[in-house]
Amino acid sequence: MAEEMRIVLRNYGKIDPLKIDDYIASGGYNALNKARGMSQADLINEVKASNLRGRGGAGFNCGAKWNFAYQAQADQKYVICNADEGEPGTYKDRLIMEGDPQSLLEGMAICGYAIGATQGFIYCRGEYPSVVKTLNAAIAQAKEKGVLGDFSIEVRMGAGAYVCGEETALIESIEGKRGEPRIKPPFPPVIGLWGKPTIVNNVETFANIPAIVEKGAAWYAGIGTPSYPGTKIVTLTGDVVNKTFFEVPTDTTIREVIFGFGGGILGGKAFKAVQIGGTSGAFIPAANLDTPIGFDAMTAIGAALGSGAVFVLNDTRDIVDVTARIAKFFAHESCGKCAPCREGTMRMHDLMDKINAGQGKAADVALLNKLGRVMSYSCLCGLGQAAPSPVLTTIEHFAADYNAKLA
Amino acid sequence: MINVTIDGIKASVPDGSTILQAAKNVGINIPTLCYHPDQSVKANCRVCVCEVEGNRLLQAACSQPVFEGMVIKTRTPKVIEARKTILELILAHHPQDCLNCIRNENCELQSLAAEYFIRDNPFELKVRGLAKDLSTPSLFRDPNKCVLCRRCIEACSVVQIVNALGLEERGSHAMVVPSLGKDLIDSPCIMCGQCIHACPVGAIGEVEDIDKLLAAIADPETVVVTQIAPAVRLALSEEIGMNTGDLPMEVFVAGLKQIGFDHVLHTNFTADLTILEEGNELLKRLSTGGTLPMFTSCSPGWINFCETFYPDLLDNLSTCKSPQQMFGSLVKTYWADKMGIAPSKIFSVSIMPCVAKKFEASRPEMNASGFRDVDIVLTTREIGRLFRMSGVDFRKLAPQPFSPWMGEYTGAAVIFGATGGVMEAALRTVYEVVMQETLEDVNFTVARGFEGIKEAEVDLNGTVVKVAIAHGLGHARKLMDQVRAGESPYHFIEIMACPGGCVGGGGQPITKANVKRIERLDAIYIEDEAMPVRKSHENVEVKKIYEDFLHEPLGHKSHELLHTHYHAKNKSFL
Repeated sequence: MAEEMRIVLRNYGKIDPLKIDDYIASGGYNALNKARGMSQADLINEVKASNLRGRGGAGFNCGAKWNFAYQAQADQKYVICNADEGEPGTYKDRLIMEGDPQSLLEGMAICGYAIGATQGFIYCRGEYPSVVKTLNAAIAQAKEKGVLGDFSIEVRMGAGAYVCGEETALIESIEGKRGEPRIKPPFPPVIGLWGKPTIVNNVETFANIPAIVEKGAAWYAGIGTPSYPGTKIVTLTGDVVNKTFFEVPTDTTIREVIFGFGGGILGGKAFKAVQIGGTSGAFIPAANLDTPIGFDAMTAIGAALGSGAVFVLNDTRDIVDVTARIAKFFAHESCGKCAPCREGTMRMHDLMDKINAGQGKAADVALLNKLGRVMSYSCLCGLGQAAPSPVLTTIEHFAADYNAKLA
Repeated sequence: MINVTIDGIKASVPDGSTILQAAKNVGINIPTLCYHPDQSVKANCRVCVCEVEGNRLLQAACSQPVFEGMVIKTRTPKVIEARKTILELILAHHPQDCLNCIRNENCELQSLAAEYFIRDNPFELKVRGLAKDLSTPSLFRDPNKCVLCRRCIEACSVVQIVNALGLEERGSHAMVVPSLGKDLIDSPCIMCGQCIHACPVGAIGEVEDIDKLLAAIADPETVVVTQIAPAVRLALSEEIGMNTGDLPMEVFVAGLKQIGFDHVLHTNFTADLTILEEGNELLKRLSTGGTLPMFTSCSPGWINFCETFYPDLLDNLSTCKSPQQMFGSLVKTYWADKMGIAPSKIFSVSIMPCVAKKFEASRPEMNASGFRDVDIVLTTREIGRLFRMSGVDFRKLAPQPFSPWMGEYTGAAVIFGATGGVMEAALRTVYEVVMQETLEDVNFTVARGFEGIKEAEVDLNGTVVKVAIAHGLGHARKLMDQVRAGESPYHFIEIMACPGGCVGGGGQPITKANVKRIERLDAIYIEDEAMPVRKSHENVEVKKIYEDFLHEPLGHKSHELLHTHYHAKNKSFL
């Protein structure tokens, strides 16, 4: 069976997160120094060659993204770390920030050097006040040590809106506006925070950077699956024996995650489904368990790796009920900006509740299907596009469960 | 130029074009709802989505720029299904009372529902159940009808910079609300009604007073007298199926008579009178060291704005009442006397391109005649409705004259309806008064046009008078901030609350785009050009009222009837 492989969690549990000297003693900030010895273009090419893809969910090539911001001409540029970890069942970013905050700061500083930014922001989930304390302490220590050079980092707290994990909504929120996504294009690397070129990367993405710079792109590109190399932290919840986290290479299969690392289904029950990537993730049936968790393999089965949350259901669970609750979540978290999401998430919730209450008809299921399909390609941002996924995939894979509840 | 293919048609379109613009170039109209030609792109309704080859996601045509080689499909089954579903979603959360909606047959959502033949909506009807805001005498809000396009917010906060409207809540509970969740009357709203034009549906509209008019007409004891504001005639043409400006004034008068108005007079008369009062006020301020720059005071939205946001500058406002209110106080005094009609029997109606005029008429101090000076104000839209209801066929009406004493007007009054018009009219008179010579070319073209702020200098016997003109309160703010900072170089500033001036007023036929406002401006200057007399001080009836009644500009009677004072709104939360 595959082994755990810790890159972003390389120092987790090994060093005192509140002691920058521990981080430095374990090789911390060597990468930043090395990066500053390289030209910006070489550094970006190195990151590009590693084929590191964003760990926030969209899976865009990190170096290519940086290059857009590097190429953009502006008097100021910004680096933003998306730490608005709002996906239910996901706590990987918290692990990194709590266990090894300096690795995040170092990754951001390397990005700052690469694109020519001197100001960074960490947009931290509002429900993580203790993490904010850790981050501020880490930033103060880094400043005192002078390791960040001319790069400054400030922590900003979210206020609980799920949509602020969407990078442009996050930017709006930092600007003090209502947290709502912007129209793209323009993309943030061209026009971002306060209209300036801005890189928004996830915590896990940044935490990968020092290792890549230090050990080289070729090393990184050789780990896991080639189209989405490296590792991924997965956080296991639900009816699984080991409800904990693992950092695994991206060619690890779902079956290995659940039945290997996860220790199988709790209480000796049978597997029913797993939802991967967070609340907007697809529900995956047993037939697809041998899919590697890498981005493209997941996309190929109509799923998404997303945040790496792994939510396991045993065969006694009422999947229609679970899906109805998820629909409620999205109706609550839609920002209300675009019509298909604003109205669509509300209708999905209504229809799911109706079916779940035993009052649904086959036509309601068909309507859900059409509505979900339309939302998936018509909504303004990723929230509305992904929100129907649990509904659509449970209808697809667990039609019998729906039929059993129809009036 | 960028080469694209749209529905199989190859086209070369300018760099930076959106799909919407590119499609229009090749003759394909893509449906829109939140799109507004003069506003920022919002892309929030998603009705304009199209397929772009190579992309699973549909793209909003209003926001997506084209790229070289882009292949766009605007009416595939996928696109049509998406548009229909989105429209069904919006409609299912919108009251189905089109038949008695103020925007029936003039509603962008209704048109889309028809175009996409929405029949059996699969989504159950849900209405928000929010209370209507009827707090102002000018405009109402029905938040249940709101489709969250946000055009009203942009009109209010970007065009007017009033910021009376904002968003609250999220998801399907999201709603547009007056700031701080207050009623409109307690918000910074200045009742200009530009949000009415911006609204694609019936979520905002004018408070209607047609029934009060009909009751007055039905009462044989009541003498119903009306005044018509300068910008009404040309725009009313649009309401009754004619081209802008095509309804002849005397036929308009005949139509009003047919409906049952006893006397038709003209606000233009008091517009000319305003020039004499305001022109002399300016000269007095210039010669006696009065507060300068002097601001015009014809636009009630502007007055509300100044009282709300610039209460420290109220002394700069001309003390002249607006032409509507000058008319109101004279019709129940001077005119009643001339006609031998008891003022108590007069029902004074004004027909305005404006909704703020309704508020102005209701101001407690507007009773100089001893009665309510103006009893009701009807907008151009309401008069349009009245004509349609009454079945008036303008093609068959013989022209009729205005009633005497307050119906005559000059070209100078006509142009009050355009931004820059009051200024130009004032200059025509002030020039002749000061220079004691005939102004040969009355066209101060520098005061004309749609530019946000215009400025000019006039040399009056060695005294250079600097003037500025702004329309739309966002532009006005710039001039006001200059005055507040003590840096204004001007002596006289004309402000009209609405873009284009009264031609673009909140009571005019629904005007989505500024091109329509510009078309109306053109019609105004055509009318002015055709007038035999184009200077206010040459208006014979105005001369007569000074001889018989007022005696002199800024005199005792004028002070009593034609001038007013202003009040800071004291909206402490601003």
